[in-house]
Amino acid sequence: MSGITRAEVAHLAHLARLRLAEEEIDHFAGQLDVILQSVASVSQIATQDITPTSHPLPLVNVTRADVVVPGLSHAEALAAAPAVEDGRFRVPRILDEE
Amino acid sequence: MNSTPKGPVNPDMAADLIRQSARVLAEAIKSGEVSAREVTQAHLDRIGAVDERVHAFLHVDTDAALAHADRVDVKRAAGEQLGDLAGVPLALKDILAMKGVPTTCGSKILQGWLPPYDSTIVERLRAADIIILGKTNMDEFAMGSSTEYSAYGPSHNPWDLNRIPGGSGGGSAAAVAAFEAPLAIGTDTGGSIRQPAALTGTVGVKPTYGSVSRYGLVALASSLDQAGPCARTVLDAAYLHSVIAGHDPHDSTSINAAVPDVVAAAMKADVRGLRIGLVKQLSGAGYQPGVLQRFNEAVDVLAQLGAEIVEVDCPHFDEAMSAYYLILPSECSSNLARFDGMRYGLRVQDGGDAGVETVMADTREMGFGPEVKRRIMLGTYALSSGYYDAYYGQAQKIRTLIIEDFTRAFGQVDVLVSPTTPTTAFPLGEKVDDPLAMYLNDIATIPVNLAGNCALSLPIGLSPADGLPVGLQVMAPTMADDRLYLVGAALESALFDRWGHLLIEEAPAL
Repeated sequence: MSGITRAEVAHLAHLARLRLAEEEIDHFAGQLDVILQSVASVSQIATQDITPTSHPLPLVNVTRADVVVPGLSHAEALAAAPAVEDGRFRVPRILDEE
Repeated sequence: MNSTPKGPVNPDMAADLIRQSARVLAEAIKSGEVSAREVTQAHLDRIGAVDERVHAFLHVDTDAALAHADRVDVKRAAGEQLGDLAGVPLALKDILAMKGVPTTCGSKILQGWLPPYDSTIVERLRAADIIILGKTNMDEFAMGSSTEYSAYGPSHNPWDLNRIPGGSGGGSAAAVAAFEAPLAIGTDTGGSIRQPAALTGTVGVKPTYGSVSRYGLVALASSLDQAGPCARTVLDAAYLHSVIAGHDPHDSTSINAAVPDVVAAAMKADVRGLRIGLVKQLSGAGYQPGVLQRFNEAVDVLAQLGAEIVEVDCPHFDEAMSAYYLILPSECSSNLARFDGMRYGLRVQDGGDAGVETVMADTREMGFGPEVKRRIMLGTYALSSGYYDAYYGQAQKIRTLIIEDFTRAFGQVDVLVSPTTPTTAFPLGEKVDDPLAMYLNDIATIPVNLAGNCALSLPIGLSPADGLPVGLQVMAPTMADDRLYLVGAALESALFDRWGHLLIEEAPAL
């Protein structure tokens, strides 16, 4: 695998919604490159037909009885919000960006 | 102290409440030899005296702890039945939600957040009348092996304050090792209970994945995270394990089956006839000679106690690190997407003209530390189109091979053992800007997280090279957690007989 470029790090930061400073991008590019090279051996191993494991337990469709139980109140759910308006989470403008 | 010890439990009790085991304290409270308030106050006083130097705690909940202790004393006075650990103080890792009590995960992004609900673990601790003293320091969102990635400054190893206590649960381990609490809760995603236990001369257990509820445990890597007990003795850990384990309908990955009787196993403490496997891949190169020397001696002790020792080959363990550092960042980049500054936690640039994506990116940039950012970007990379198959997909296949290695090994032996860590505690600052060197601390603990089975670390002596604690790891099959305690307690007891005390008694006075 080829090394990770500065542009790729900037792109990853954008995908991950991290506004990295310029010097952080340089710093992380070097470190991510070293880490990725050290784990690159995974691509040489296990090329055969092996079932991937995403989770240690074979549980599927865990359900519970459809019974109403107490949850958070409206006030509790909003209590930690950075901003509230009219009993709702107030968020920044979501349109007309970029 | 305003009561004179009367009972036969321990004549030195009044002099040194903080040095007692959880079980001795619980019995003394039950018999009336000492009150729960006195026990709690003694530990709060200890925190007041030493935590400025140890920095195990991020938050101490003095009033609530004393109020709960008083309720235990009232219950006792009224003749109510008390639980096995009633009135015993505990330190809680700051990754578990506790209603109305600051829960930061060691991160600036959650500074000031007060959870609106209790995690299942906290509910169970309360129901058992265990007194929660406060929240312990940790690497930010449990990413790290030294607590140096905490946004609130590192914890210090009570054996040498210039060294790290391990991580991510270094605060919980340091609290137990510094006699600030006889019990603590940690969480273990790649070794975050066991590695700090090894480096601080304490006991730590990662239970079987799914046996302790993750409800209210802030997720790092959901397929790997598991909470478990920290203590100074194997028996204390067993009692705490039995309090927190068990099915929880709030956690869809909770195993709906009976928890093995870990307390009975710790009391039995017998390895006669047991087959114990030495994992070939978890020793040798990369392990300090002093660590290996103590490990080999401990294995000899197990053999003298009547266990049969055989070498076991787990060839894919060599790839566990690589698989882990693809799987963990992948899950973490997804889990930590919830910290977007919209519903709780930090939000920067609010009220201005900035749009939501700008606010999110600025909030996350300011709220997250460097290791969290590194892993989020690594995970984003491993999951991105074009790299998914080569990285995340391959890592998942290695996970399968590691599970198969364990299955084969447990066909030959009852438990596996290894050194818990390749080295003893290293100096603060030594690896903080070398992520790869930091990752190597978890080389022996990671396979168990990938496979979902269980493991315990206990102290087995001091390295002759530097006089710092060394830990031995016992690994058992899924839902055979009782075997960890059977072996751990047998070895602990043999070493106690040899030394005349627990290893932690040799820690320097703070």
